[in-house]
Amino acid sequence: MIATPHVDWFSISTVLVLLGACGIALLSAVLVPQPWRRPFAATVAGLGSLGGLITSVWLYVDSASGHRVIGDAFYRDRWTALAQAILCATTLATVLVGAEQIREHEAEFFALLLASAAGMTFFVGAANLMTMFLSLEWFSIALYILCAIEYNQEGSLEAGLKYLVVGSFGSAALLFGSALVYGATNRIGFAEIASAAHPHDLLLVLGLAMIVAGLAFKSSAAPFHMWTPDVYEGAPTTVTAFMSSATKVAAFALMVRVLRTAFPQETHLWSWAFAGIAVASLVIGNFAALVQRDVKRLLAYSSISHAGFILIGVASGTALGGRAVLFYLVPYSAMAFGSFAIVAARERELGTAVTLDNLAGFGWERPFLGVALWFFMFGFAGLPLGGGFVGKFYVFAAAYDHGWTWLVIVGVLATLVSLYYYLGVVRAIYMRPSAELAVAGGSPPRDALLHVAVGAALVVSVGSLFAVSPLITLAKHAASAIPF
Amino acid sequence: MTASSLTSVLIWLPVAAAIAIWILPLSRYATGSLAVLVSLAEVGIWIEQAARFDFGGSGLQFSEKVPWIKDLHVSYHVGEYAFSLWLVGLTVVAMAACVGYGFWVGRDRPRAYFGLMLMLTGATVGVFVAQDLLLFYAFFEAMLIPLYVLIGVWGGAARLGATIKLLIYTMAGSLIMLAAIVVYGLKVGTFDLVTGPVSTSRWLFLAFMLAFAIKAPLFPFHGWLPDAYREAPPEVTAVLSGVIAKAGTYGMLRIALSTFPDPASYYRTVVLALGAAALVYGSLLAFRAPDFRGVVAYSSMAQSGLITIGLFSGTDLGFDGAVLQMVAHGLVSVSLFLVAGAVERRTTTGEFARLGGMAKGRPALATLLVTIGVISLAVPGSASFAGEFLILAGAYQRAWWWAAIGASGIVLAAMYMLRLISAVLHEARGPAVQEEALDLRPGELALVVPLVAALLVLSVWPAGISHHSFAGDEPSTAVVEHFR
Repeated sequence: MIATPHVDWFSISTVLVLLGACGIALLSAVLVPQPWRRPFAATVAGLGSLGGLITSVWLYVDSASGHRVIGDAFYRDRWTALAQAILCATTLATVLVGAEQIREHEAEFFALLLASAAGMTFFVGAANLMTMFLSLEWFSIALYILCAIEYNQEGSLEAGLKYLVVGSFGSAALLFGSALVYGATNRIGFAEIASAAHPHDLLLVLGLAMIVAGLAFKSSAAPFHMWTPDVYEGAPTTVTAFMSSATKVAAFALMVRVLRTAFPQETHLWSWAFAGIAVASLVIGNFAALVQRDVKRLLAYSSISHAGFILIGVASGTALGGRAVLFYLVPYSAMAFGSFAIVAARERELGTAVTLDNLAGFGWERPFLGVALWFFMFGFAGLPLGGGFVGKFYVFAAAYDHGWTWLVIVGVLATLVSLYYYLGVVRAIYMRPSAELAVAGGSPPRDALLHVAVGAALVVSVGSLFAVSPLITLAKHAASAIPF
Repeated sequence: MTASSLTSVLIWLPVAAAIAIWILPLSRYATGSLAVLVSLAEVGIWIEQAARFDFGGSGLQFSEKVPWIKDLHVSYHVGEYAFSLWLVGLTVVAMAACVGYGFWVGRDRPRAYFGLMLMLTGATVGVFVAQDLLLFYAFFEAMLIPLYVLIGVWGGAARLGATIKLLIYTMAGSLIMLAAIVVYGLKVGTFDLVTGPVSTSRWLFLAFMLAFAIKAPLFPFHGWLPDAYREAPPEVTAVLSGVIAKAGTYGMLRIALSTFPDPASYYRTVVLALGAAALVYGSLLAFRAPDFRGVVAYSSMAQSGLITIGLFSGTDLGFDGAVLQMVAHGLVSVSLFLVAGAVERRTTTGEFARLGGMAKGRPALATLLVTIGVISLAVPGSASFAGEFLILAGAYQRAWWWAAIGASGIVLAAMYMLRLISAVLHEARGPAVQEEALDLRPGELALVVPLVAALLVLSVWPAGISHHSFAGDEPSTAVVEHFR
């Protein structure tokens, strides 16, 4: 007979709240009449992610000493809680944007969004290879459908399919890697793998390499980034906003955990591997972004390059690097989310894909969104107009601390290249006359909730420049749960 | 409010006013008035500081220190030495004149414009008072953000290329400086400029110097200068050459010379040669320039070269002269560019081929331009003469040929300045000059006359700055002992 493990329900409360809201939202697709469906589902989703935010903050406060729960399958610690809080905040912002931007299958959209958020909040706390793979598939499958949810819109179905095929490849790599690691160590718990592993075990190294590849797929780091521009371009922009921020948070939070907990003895190996992936992402992301005209594709490549910056922190493999990753994710996810939300607003206004050409004059037509986009672009470029600046400083500090001055220099040069296309967006919104523009007609939609979401993103991205110390203290406590 | 928070007020008051201007739906007139009032309030606060300043005492005054990024020992540390007090004074006075100019000519989109000008004021003051390397870097970069939009939106026809060039050039320098800051700060364990130890690393010195040499600019890093100075609106060019270029030479004094004394003396000849090259080459270019702004732009480069010679002569006289010359040339250059703007408004051009004969019937314009020109070409008795004489005397103590090269620069200055004066004011009436083009209006006089008056005061009493810039009037000791 299999012994039933003790279940610490509170430890997975965030996941449960999101899942519960997901169920209600899904039921509303059949039970709530059409006119009420969107407000109802959006309200449920909003309350659900707000609830998740509250429980994850509560968990953060209440989990000072991290430990594993539920048959050692899940981490209840501050690292999990902090990542969950960021994820829930992103989900809440997505709900706000989605409430106005998603015009059909509203209930299903919100249900899938919550399901994927629940999967991510579980993913970041995964404590063994099984829960890791399970929750990865959980949130990925929800995302595949989300990408294709506007299937009569050009590109959406293609994006979903592409993401499904390439994403499955990544998942398969992760699963195969997990199998190899299990084969080498006969353990599935991260902590047990570390103690059971023999040094220089080829099978283990091979498994590690495939796990690295699988996670790199999810975080869209080069050379595993091929799907990113196409999927980001084709998916409904609300979904893109969610993917570019939340998926990255989940992938990087777990990445740091699994590498430090399960493979500390191979640190030198994965450090170099990630340094290589970081350099590849910086080079490919930045140079490919230079020639993009479509703003969603441009931002997709920019997200690849930011994966590179975050990976610099991961590669350093130190506590400073862990803090740097968590800190970087806060302004980054706010800026990524905010800029895609602004693109969504413009898209709805024009009724066509947003390019650098039809973005002309946007800053003067929609002053608030324009200023926000200006802040996000300069923030992405690492100018001191937001926490992106401190994030870059932190990952550089982590790289230098690890003795990799060359990586600092690569990062600095990549920043310089990135400046060109970020400035290109600012140039488009402010410095080109908007006369040649064909607006879809009528006054632009009011997008009140979208403004709230973008405003919140702006506050977070700028606020993280000034409130560095409190955020770092949070990240420090979170990182203390990881054995650095 | 204590006296020491005056420095922070100087930084954040304009920033707060900028945000207020962006948020409040004020009319054009109210926006401009508020901006002018705030810039005048800045001047008032500065006068209050200057009145309270203890010129005999050593060490930092009006200082404030608050932790910013605790775990990496970065702090918000601001304060003023005597020479930074003068540069802050230059900044607030110049910005007040330029904001007033913008108000007077009635720039389009006033809320955006005045907000950005005020933001620029705050960032520039920040550069001159920051006593922490990362904070210095943040303000150094933050200056570029409003500048980019100010030139890109309100500039001339070829402004887009000019902005890109300006940003890429200066960011290339400053990002390399960021790498150097990371390396220095983590190596010595603090980013504080006051308590940080001196370093002997030649690489770090070169990285810092690159950023400052681009900003100043020195030969051969001046590629961005002609386009930016020609395409920017006149008052922005005035700020750029009068104040922001001084951030480069200020950085040499505050950081490169004081934190890296050994490498500075190792590379002394190289830097002196670059300064001499900038002086001679810039003067020749100014002599060849076909337009008003071109002459003033290249003469700024020449003056930056001269100031660099003064700083790197490493002598008491050189330091005193350099600080005096920074302020004097800042005032000269701001007033010249404002006059250039006034001329361009009347004739739609700055090309000498189409100008000429403007003195006839325009006594105020003629008097002002001749007065500024005469001060600028260092006629004995003028503030520039005092500054340049001190610099040359300091350079002579280093080696006679540096003084000889510097003196040749002064001869060239007379050539290009007299050429400018005669091309604009005298000779036959140019095709672009309408008979009925007005003399300077009271509004324009109200902006330029105070600047000229300040120059005349400095001409009468140059010791006001040159004897009151360093603790105990012993600059070499102050610099070498690291401004403690």
